[in-house]
Amino acid sequence: MSSNNTNHTGYKSYLEEDGGRKGIFKWILSTDHKRIGLLYLYAMMGWFIVGVVLGLLMKLELIAPGKTIMGPQAYNATFTVHGVIMIFLIVIPGLPAVFGNFMLPIQIGAKDVAFPRLNLFSWYIYVLGGILVIISLFGNGPPDTGWTFYAPYSFKTGTNMLPAALGAFVLGFSSILTGLNFIVTIHRMRAPGMTWFKMPLFPWSLYGTAWIQLLATPVIGITLLMVAGERILGIGFFDPAKGGDPLLYQHLFWIYSHPAVYIMILPAMGAISEIIPTFSKKTIFGYKAIVISTLAIAFVGYFVWGHHMYTSGMSGAALWAFSLLTFIVAIPSAIKVFNWISTMHQGSISTEIPFLWAASFIFIFMIGGLTGLVLGSLAVDVHLHDTAFVVAHFHFIVFGGVGFAFFGAMHYWFPKIFGRMFDKSWAKTGWITFSIGFVTLYGPMFYLGIMGMPRRYFDYLDEFHGPNIISTMGALVMIAGFLIILINLIKSARHGEKTTEMNPWGGTNLEWQIPTPPPLENFDEIPVIDKATYKYD
Amino acid sequence: MSDNTNHHIVPYRTYGLILLLLLVLTGTSVAVTQIELTRWATVVALLLASTKSAFVLAIFMHLKFDQNIYKIMATLIILLVAVVIVLTFLDYGFR
Ligand SMILES: [Cu+2]
Repeated sequence: MSSNNTNHTGYKSYLEEDGGRKGIFKWILSTDHKRIGLLYLYAMMGWFIVGVVLGLLMKLELIAPGKTIMGPQAYNATFTVHGVIMIFLIVIPGLPAVFGNFMLPIQIGAKDVAFPRLNLFSWYIYVLGGILVIISLFGNGPPDTGWTFYAPYSFKTGTNMLPAALGAFVLGFSSILTGLNFIVTIHRMRAPGMTWFKMPLFPWSLYGTAWIQLLATPVIGITLLMVAGERILGIGFFDPAKGGDPLLYQHLFWIYSHPAVYIMILPAMGAISEIIPTFSKKTIFGYKAIVISTLAIAFVGYFVWGHHMYTSGMSGAALWAFSLLTFIVAIPSAIKVFNWISTMHQGSISTEIPFLWAASFIFIFMIGGLTGLVLGSLAVDVHLHDTAFVVAHFHFIVFGGVGFAFFGAMHYWFPKIFGRMFDKSWAKTGWITFSIGFVTLYGPMFYLGIMGMPRRYFDYLDEFHGPNIISTMGALVMIAGFLIILINLIKSARHGEKTTEMNPWGGTNLEWQIPTPPPLENFDEIPVIDKATYKYD
Repeated sequence: MSDNTNHHIVPYRTYGLILLLLLVLTGTSVAVTQIELTRWATVVALLLASTKSAFVLAIFMHLKFDQNIYKIMATLIILLVAVVIVLTFLDYGFR
């Protein structure tokens, strides 16, 4: 280990290597996978702040029954735009776009991804999709369909639904191209000696994710085009008045959007599988089991979409099949949790910031996953469908799962990316505040849902008032925590203590064996891999 | 990449025959709508379409002459889509 920590001097890092370009062009014309990863990071950070503000506005509206700060139309638009931004612009590109781009080539011992220009092009498509979402806010008013664009309302509403759907359509191409790029990179560009089962787990999770991006995303593309055809040409795919079937829309939408949940969560699990062995100083427990469960999730994840449609009037045969499959897909996720816990068992744990995020990820993810099984059982779902319980569940998974893993990965790879260390005591304050706020915000919504409070209404009955106050207070605490984390990271990236230490956390993978920050093409000489990953002496 | 260099030349005659076959199958799928097949109509339409795409994949897109890994990938993906369609029809077939 100690030989890994020698400082490198006399090389140019990717941050200094600007290709002779000036100002912003150093970034937006660079095909370096590391700079592209950061381009995504900055764009997503901007969008995330917008999404958080919209979420806060909803929580403020819900602090008391009746109209508090907005009426029904504004509320419907707020949750729609919040959903579209958070799903299509943040958690779907999510970890692959940022850390996948930055770390995948390094972790498999390559100089870049297979198609660097295509990679930059994907980012431009992402920006274009974002612009279309912004356009949808003007004209006839922001869309009010919910991020799911359910038919028949989506082709009947007078609001600007089309640009938002078109935005999601365009963002899909960014996702497909990133997935394609990663699949080819992993197949073709692993360093000599890195067999499939010597590949670290983060690239493995990106591989599973990439196949979902490639195969599931076209379905949403077609579906959104069908809605456009319905709105513009009045074709009648989904219109019962013309012999269409609104449920067909729900099928097609969730054939993509359930696998999309795994586009979000698989890379998050991959990042957790990196962090836990590093801070437990122990080889990951059950490497192959984690790999196989990743592929199993990616595969079975295609066949469970119907659990979003239990109350839609689907046939009984489909109901039990989808419920059974939903319970089956929970198994590989549970396998991962057991493997992480077993990795920590008897390890020499250091509770550094990334580890705290990873440990709290497991806690939050378990709540999200198990409440998912509650919703996956047919009879219970009839009671809970479209209540605040569902909202609490998927925020525990999509925000708790992906968000906690994202912050964990951010702190874990921060010194490597920026060549500076973040302020650890502020980072810890941020983590505690954020976690307490998170549970206080979404916890009461489980209770509210069980008591029967429906989702997607600006108003509610008096009996739901108490838990809603607690929930809004939680939102304020969580946002305070988020600001602490954000300001600390931005300040540290610019003025933090400089570090050239190659391996500050004592990790075992390739990213910790190259200079900090990495040089332009990562490796002077492509490494030859001769031992299994996550080996501690 | 060395194993990719065996450029297989397909004679024009084969391309012509496949084109003819595709046209015949297209005609069949139009003609078959005249028969009242009730719930099997979708199955028949999908089978005809799958046969057509199989020829396009194998001959026009050269999958027949490619490495096995690509054949396996393509087959798995088609199976995946097939299972998705079957699951969808667990709803439509039993409503
Ligand atoms: Cu789902």
